[in-house]
Amino acid sequence: MSRPSTYKVALAVAAKDLRIERRSKVVANQILPFAGIVMVLFAFALDNDGILQRVAPGLVWLATLFSSIIVVQRTFAVESADNALDALRVAGLPPAGVFLGKVMALTAQLVLFEAVLVVLALVLYQVSVSLGGAVLLVTTGMLASIGLAAMGALYGGLSIGGRGRETLLPLLLLPAVAPILIAATRATEAAFGSDGTPLREGWPWMGLLGVFGALFLFGGTLGFGTLTDE
Amino acid sequence: MNTSLRPASTAPASTAPPTRTPASFKLGVAVILGMVLLALLGLFFTDEDIVQGSTVRIMYVHVPTAWVAYLAFVVTALGSAAYLWGKQHSLTFDRVAGASAEVGVLFMGLTLVTGSLWGRITWGTYWQWDPRLTTTAFLFVTYIGYLAVRGLGGTHQQRAKRSAVVALLAVLEIPLVHFSVVLWRSLHQEASVLRPDGDVTMDGLMLFTLLFGVAVFTAAFVWLVLHRQRVLTMADAVETSGLDAAVAMRRSEAGGTDGKDGTDGSGIDGSDR
Repeated sequence: MSRPSTYKVALAVAAKDLRIERRSKVVANQILPFAGIVMVLFAFALDNDGILQRVAPGLVWLATLFSSIIVVQRTFAVESADNALDALRVAGLPPAGVFLGKVMALTAQLVLFEAVLVVLALVLYQVSVSLGGAVLLVTTGMLASIGLAAMGALYGGLSIGGRGRETLLPLLLLPAVAPILIAATRATEAAFGSDGTPLREGWPWMGLLGVFGALFLFGGTLGFGTLTDE
Repeated sequence: MNTSLRPASTAPASTAPPTRTPASFKLGVAVILGMVLLALLGLFFTDEDIVQGSTVRIMYVHVPTAWVAYLAFVVTALGSAAYLWGKQHSLTFDRVAGASAEVGVLFMGLTLVTGSLWGRITWGTYWQWDPRLTTTAFLFVTYIGYLAVRGLGGTHQQRAKRSAVVALLAVLEIPLVHFSVVLWRSLHQEASVLRPDGDVTMDGLMLFTLLFGVAVFTAAFVWLVLHRQRVLTMADAVETSGLDAAVAMRRSEAGGTDGKDGTDGSGIDGSDR
């Protein structure tokens, strides 16, 4: 029997993860509402004339980062139950394939989160977005999600196995994704036109997001097997 | 390589050698004497700075600690790479990386403290969101995370592999973080921070004191890493032989008495193997 290709494994793992989420509805019923309540709490904490409107881009991405921690924990909790990840490895699947599959599934979920959070910002924080801004937002969301997912899948692999490991994820993940927060927030400011930021100032940030995503997709493909090796 | 670390006797704790060797003892004495001399130079023999006054004396500590912290993280990265790509996967490289990161976090903390004290007096604030400071804070947190990864448990080889990958990922992260922070600041430049180190021409003795400080702190780094690395080696050996000792104890119990009921040396068996 020939070994399945990395690409096929990735697709299979991603499809499996998304199927689990569709059926268990944990993301939809627990984590999405969490992201929503974070947006409401920001409004309580920062309720000053016009402040919310100005800082809305940052709040959208902070809420995304917080949610991404829970989504990553969730996606690896699924793997640690019944030692599912060990089973995947014993089956001889290439770790790079498992990693890329995790990244795909995480990216899909994070894009969904960002869409919901942007809509919430439009409704709750009275920001508005033009058509050009929407294109920029979609691009930002895609690129930032890939970077976040790659980083999350890498460090999420470490958090498997109990013994207080879950608490390690935020400590490793949040400093590492600071470039995403900076770039995505600046791009979103341009998309929302916050503080009169022109749209064209948003696009250069895509370069940083792209480099980040590419670098850690590469790093994860190489390092994931070692990180989850028990 | 690590098999030689495993003590043959079953009671390693009582016969554990000190982490001192004649060479590292001499180094330690030299470091202490150097620190005393540095303190004398920095506090008494050098003049006050024309612009900064006495606060410039913080620099004789601040600059060396920052240098040592960065050096330590380079050593951690090199040790991790040497471990991963070495044919033997030598745990010595892993322990050097770990010891160096510990010392690096300590010195980075000192850098942040001395820097913010200096900043309070010179800039009027403890903290400035300047790229260099921000990246330094990120480094600090990142290596705290690295040390946490080292403490995850598992076998020594697992620990070494895991932490080596995390250390190399950190090497990828840091330039990106720094670059993005620079971009972030370039957009939101409110006021240019006074850059006192830009146009200061240093008096000879001040420059000498600064360089001497760097040399003494580097020696202190080597000294601390040597000892920490030896302590880590012993800790690993205790974990390994602790299990053997517990097994041997159970065997002797089984041979000696028949009325044993579940008494074991559970306190010392390697529970995180």
